[in-house]
Amino acid sequence: MEKFTQLSGIAAPLPLVNVDTDMIIPKQFLKTIHRTGLGKNLFDEMRYDDKGNEIPDFVLNQPAYREAQILVTGDNFGCGSSREHAPWALEDFGIRCVIATSFADIFFNNCFKNGILPIALPEAERDMVMTDAEKGANARIEVDLVSQTITLSDGTTINFDVDPFRKHCLLNGLDDIGLTMEKVDAIAAFETQASSSRPWV
Amino acid sequence: MSPKTLYDKIWDAHLVQEDEDGTSLIYIDRHLVHEVTSPQAFEGLRLTGRTVRAPDKTIAVPDHNVPTTEDRVNGITNPESRIQVEALDKNAKDFGIHYYPVSDVRQGIVHIIGPENGWTLPGMTIVCGDSHTATHGAFGSLAHGIGTSEVEHVLATQTLIQKKSKNMKVEITGQLSPGVTAKDIVLTIIGRTGTAGGTGYVIEYCGEAIRALSMEGRMTICNMAIEGGARAGLIAPDQTTFDYIKGREHAPKAEDWDAAVAWWQSLRSDDDAHWDKVVTIKGEEIAPVVTWGTSPEDVLPITAEVPSPEAFKGGKVGAAKRSLEYMGLQPGQKLTDVEIDTVFIGSCTNGRIEDLRAAAAVLKGHKVKPGLRAMVVPGSGLVRKQAEEEGLAEIFTEAGFEWRMAGCSMCLAMNPDQLSVGERCASTSNRNFEGRQGRGGRTHLMSPQMAAAAAITGRLTDVREMLSPEPEPA
Ligand code: SF4
Repeated sequence: MEKFTQLSGIAAPLPLVNVDTDMIIPKQFLKTIHRTGLGKNLFDEMRYDDKGNEIPDFVLNQPAYREAQILVTGDNFGCGSSREHAPWALEDFGIRCVIATSFADIFFNNCFKNGILPIALPEAERDMVMTDAEKGANARIEVDLVSQTITLSDGTTINFDVDPFRKHCLLNGLDDIGLTMEKVDAIAAFETQASSSRPWV
Repeated sequence: MSPKTLYDKIWDAHLVQEDEDGTSLIYIDRHLVHEVTSPQAFEGLRLTGRTVRAPDKTIAVPDHNVPTTEDRVNGITNPESRIQVEALDKNAKDFGIHYYPVSDVRQGIVHIIGPENGWTLPGMTIVCGDSHTATHGAFGSLAHGIGTSEVEHVLATQTLIQKKSKNMKVEITGQLSPGVTAKDIVLTIIGRTGTAGGTGYVIEYCGEAIRALSMEGRMTICNMAIEGGARAGLIAPDQTTFDYIKGREHAPKAEDWDAAVAWWQSLRSDDDAHWDKVVTIKGEEIAPVVTWGTSPEDVLPITAEVPSPEAFKGGKVGAAKRSLEYMGLQPGQKLTDVEIDTVFIGSCTNGRIEDLRAAAAVLKGHKVKPGLRAMVVPGSGLVRKQAEEEGLAEIFTEAGFEWRMAGCSMCLAMNPDQLSVGERCASTSNRNFEGRQGRGGRTHLMSPQMAAAAAITGRLTDVREMLSPEPEPA
């Protein structure tokens, strides 16, 4: 997993609520058996028309936002299906940080497992980031995971919360499986105990 | 000992390790696997030289993009779907896990076959790379969806890294009125609490109206816990649960059964347990409902009118506008005047035998409105077989429904069963998101009874108009 320490980039505004994973990556792109290559179909139904041509109004099609690394959006981002293709598509496009007022649970967890930092902010602060994002390529936003701060283009800083364990893993690019494998003795002990207390399992 | 909720009890029984900050390692009793969210996980195992830790606790089935036409035995024509199903065939074989291939009569939607074959038992932890894993909570098991990285984590370690959720109690008191089903209960709850109302919680559903439900109905409720934002839904096991499980292929037998039941009976929330949030709804107040918009929280009684976006607050005003435009509806229009093109009965929400019985009871002696497309997709091969034995298949086909093979089908339209742009569907599935059932397709969620009623009239219909006022003598 790629490390996440600090990021300075363009933020794309997507002022919608309840953006679900079907919108992030429609199911016709789930038929792959690999993790990469989904970025071109990120937000496919909002981004392209029936003939596959770009819809110029959509934020990621606008010249200012084609290289966006941050997405700023509304409540309950990532709701719906648990597909991990959603963070894979974001990551493959180049988005490494999503800032929203709230996130759906599974999507939120999936982000951390794929080197993406999801940040939940109170509405007023999210609005400040959104306003900055709307300035386009002139406004670079800085996200620093070490100090847990977002710095806007005018120098304003906003603090954010992150779970300490998730932070540690992101900063070091640590893979959960490797960490858990170190606890194999505890798992084996649990299995022995469970097979006597609940043998039918 | 301090009082505990059912969730607390299951959690404690599966805790392998807990860090100071509450990050916990939880042991997983059952891991269900399907073709769409697993290939990258198995790819990960191969790349790192890891194996499946507990193949006997891992059960795989292809369901999401298998065709539901009978000619599927000749092979899947869509090359991408075929590759995914073949990848699962191979992964199941290479890693030695339980497997129900497309040719097995027990094949079906993963959340239907788990309970059906006795894999799903009270007090278990159950995960699957699919958000509707919450379904299994109907047995009093802690069940939830995970992402593909977590699928790989569970395959390799049989554990999951978790933080404990908060406890929420949803109580449905009293009794349901005629024509009101489990689907109406759960849609009504989501309509009240919103799609994010359960975020961060595990919900336990309780109360007299929940106790009175069959296992099928309880599964419908827990299935949609995720649509209310919750990680999982739970219903405490009781005699109804034990009766359902007894005798199923992988259920405990002989003295194991007695020991299991003894433990299962302790799986209930203590009377004075602490709840972080409580929602109470009177069963009598629940009406047959349908969704009008593109979020499962857009729920109204069938007797209502399409709302005006101005009736909402905040971000929801814009969302409602967008929904109505997408759905092609006008504020003030009566829901019962909305004409439909298609009816879909199936999915892990409502693809079980009881759902088919309920729909067939409404359809019996009627015909599908001419010009309408109507299909039934049983949730599993066993449901299909039983429905054929009970004569339900005949009722459906005589009425003009297509009778399909088991799978997810038009619930998510990954196989050829899809809506076209603007096509309007009365559906028993669980998601009415834009494009869920096919690009530009319009979905109204409802119970199987309501979907059957809509098939007859060709519009959204109050099923109560079709119920005889006096219950017919048995
Ligand atoms: S029936 Fe629908 S909701 Fe259920 S598992 Fe299949 S796609 Fe998911």
